[in-house]
This record gives sequence, C-alpha cells and structure tokens, in this order.
Amino acid sequence: MARKSPEVNAGSMADIAFLLLIFFLVTTTIETDSGINRKLPPMEELIDPPVIKERNIFTVVVNKNNMILVEEKLMDLSEVRSAAVKFLDNGGGLGEEACNYCEGEKDRSSSDNPEKAIISLKNDRETDYKVYISVQNELVAAYNQLRDREFTKIYPNERMSFVEANKKYSDPRTTPKVKAALKPKLDVIKQMFPQKLSEAEPNKS
Amino acid sequence: MSKFKKKKGGDLPAISTASLPDIVFMLLFFFMVATVMRDNTLMVTNKLPAADQVQKLDKKDRVIYIYAGKPSARYESKYGDQPKIQLNDKFSVVSDVGAYVLAERATKREELQNVLTTALKVDGETNMGLISDIKQELRKVNALKINYTTRIGDYTQNN
Repeated sequence: MARKSPEVNAGSMADIAFLLLIFFLVTTTIETDSGINRKLPPMEELIDPPVIKERNIFTVVVNKNNMILVEEKLMDLSEVRSAAVKFLDNGGGLGEEACNYCEGEKDRSSSDNPEKAIISLKNDRETDYKVYISVQNELVAAYNQLRDREFTKIYPNERMSFVEANKKYSDPRTTPKVKAALKPKLDVIKQMFPQKLSEAEPNKS
Repeated sequence: MSKFKKKKGGDLPAISTASLPDIVFMLLFFFMVATVMRDNTLMVTNKLPAADQVQKLDKKDRVIYIYAGKPSARYESKYGDQPKIQLNDKFSVVSDVGAYVLAERATKREELQNVLTTALKVDGETNMGLISDIKQELRKVNALKINYTTRIGDYTQNN
C-alpha cells in the first residue's frame, strides 16, 4: 500500500485569486470603441462651386435652444428619420434624372433622385453635442433604412441587411474571399443611395 | 446492521470551500481578458451621447483620441467649469489640436499615416462651438476622417 502524501493546503489560494481579481476589477474600463464615422470636407475652397437646386437640399438646423428645424419647420426628433427618408426616396426627377428604384411620392418640389439629394446639417455654437449626435444618428439611420431596403430587394440570397453586410465586411475575422464577394454588392447599394450629408460651419452668433 | 445506521448528532459538516478558488479564478480570467489598460487618465467628464447607427472603430493603432468636456470635479477649482479639450494627459486649447494631431501622426508607422481616424470622445453636455473649432483645426491639418465616439443606445437616452 502506497503511503498517502500529505495534501497541499489550498486554503490561501482563494485569497490570492481574490487579490488579483480585485486588482483587475478596479483597473478595468470597458472601452467604447464605436461611433458615427464622418468625413470632413477638405480645406481648399472650390473655385466655382456647382449649382445645386434648392429642391435637392434638405436643410436641418439645430438652433441654440436645441430645437430642430427641418426645411424651416419645427420638428420633433422622432419625425426626422421619416422626413429624411421621404426626401431621399422622393425621386421626382424626369427623363434622365428619373429614379427607377425610388418608392417615394415623385413630388416635383422635392429631390430629383437620391444621387442628387443632399442633406445639409447646420448647428449653432450653443447647440448641445448630444442633440447634434442624435440628429446625425437619425439622418444616418434614414440612409441605412433605404440601403437596407434596396439590399434585401436586390440580394435576397444574402439573407442579411445592408448594415449587417457592411459590418461583416469590416470585420477582420471575415475571410478575404467573402469580403471580395461582398464589396461589389455593397458598392452598388452605396451608389444608389450615396451618403451626402454636409456638416456646415456653424453660424456665428 | 449498524453499517447503514445514520450517524446521529454531532455538528454540521463545514461547507466545502474547495471550489471557491475555481470560481474566483474564473472571474479573474474574465476580467483579465476584458481589461483594456487606459492610455491616458481622463481629466474631463466623459458621458458620451448614445447612438445606434454606429460603426466599429478601427484598430487601436490607427486612432488618435481627442477628449473634451467639463473638467472633472477635482480639477474644477483650478480650471473652471467650462468645457475643455484634453490631449494626452493635459488640458489644451483649440490651437494645440493641429500640432497634436501632426505629432501623433508622426509617431505612427508610415503605412498607417494615411488611414488614421481621429476619434472625438466628447461629453454630451458640451457646446457644438468647441467641436466645430476642433473640426476646423482638423481640416487645417488634413485629418479628415473623424469618428464621433458614442455609447450604443437609443437617442431617447440623450435627454
């Protein structure tokens, strides 16, 4: 019969582990690493800026009292998304400017086609950042909604929305082969609804 | 058949704590894996606004961070309560932003210098004036890719 070796006392193991645990608990900050991507316009001024028709511009102003004016009408934040969708999806152009995939009202006084439609977001120096971000979020949501719609319509076999496909495309774990297959599809949709969101310099007040 | 008789009386057996280390180790490993050591200590309040149409930020080595917000409570007496910009570990003024971005860009690897993103981690209560000034500075140094870092959530949380 083999002699039993004495057991190692593991009673203090818990204490050591607790010590380490508390250290990591205290030092942990779960970093936020997501947000709304934007591209700023380059500094140099265009010599002759292209003429843009008034009906192709959708003006959103956030004033210093954090009130939202859409096309000079006061609007609640919850309505901004649907108003932007209506504007982008209008497709009121005729002939060459017609938009054959738009499902809007084809109103002549609104945008010709999504390619021409520009959303202009203006803010005051006193505007709160969080309100500005909320408005940006809603406008981006409007674009995403339309892109999702077209993506599921054209590529039903993908079984995902544009946003999901885009996420998959930018995920480093996705294989290059899948990426290469996704890219042209994403580009088609981006071409159909290009994100033309201009952030103007604020009014001096 | 006393073999099967239950032992009666005596004290309750002590609860075995042998599995306690295992549980604690499990938690420990979770936090070890989830921990990201902060590069710089925050000196401003930083309650980010919420948004749900977000995209993931690029890898960490391709991002330049700019913080802004009201100075935190312990700096309030010294720096006042107006929103300020924090670059690395110190408060800065708007005109420093350009130089900071250029300096940060120079420390990155050459192949990454053209794909850098500037992440603006700004407190929700800040005025847009400060952010517009930062944006103008970024345009001057041609750092055009920006990211408004947000929490993930519905916009109704922003009130």
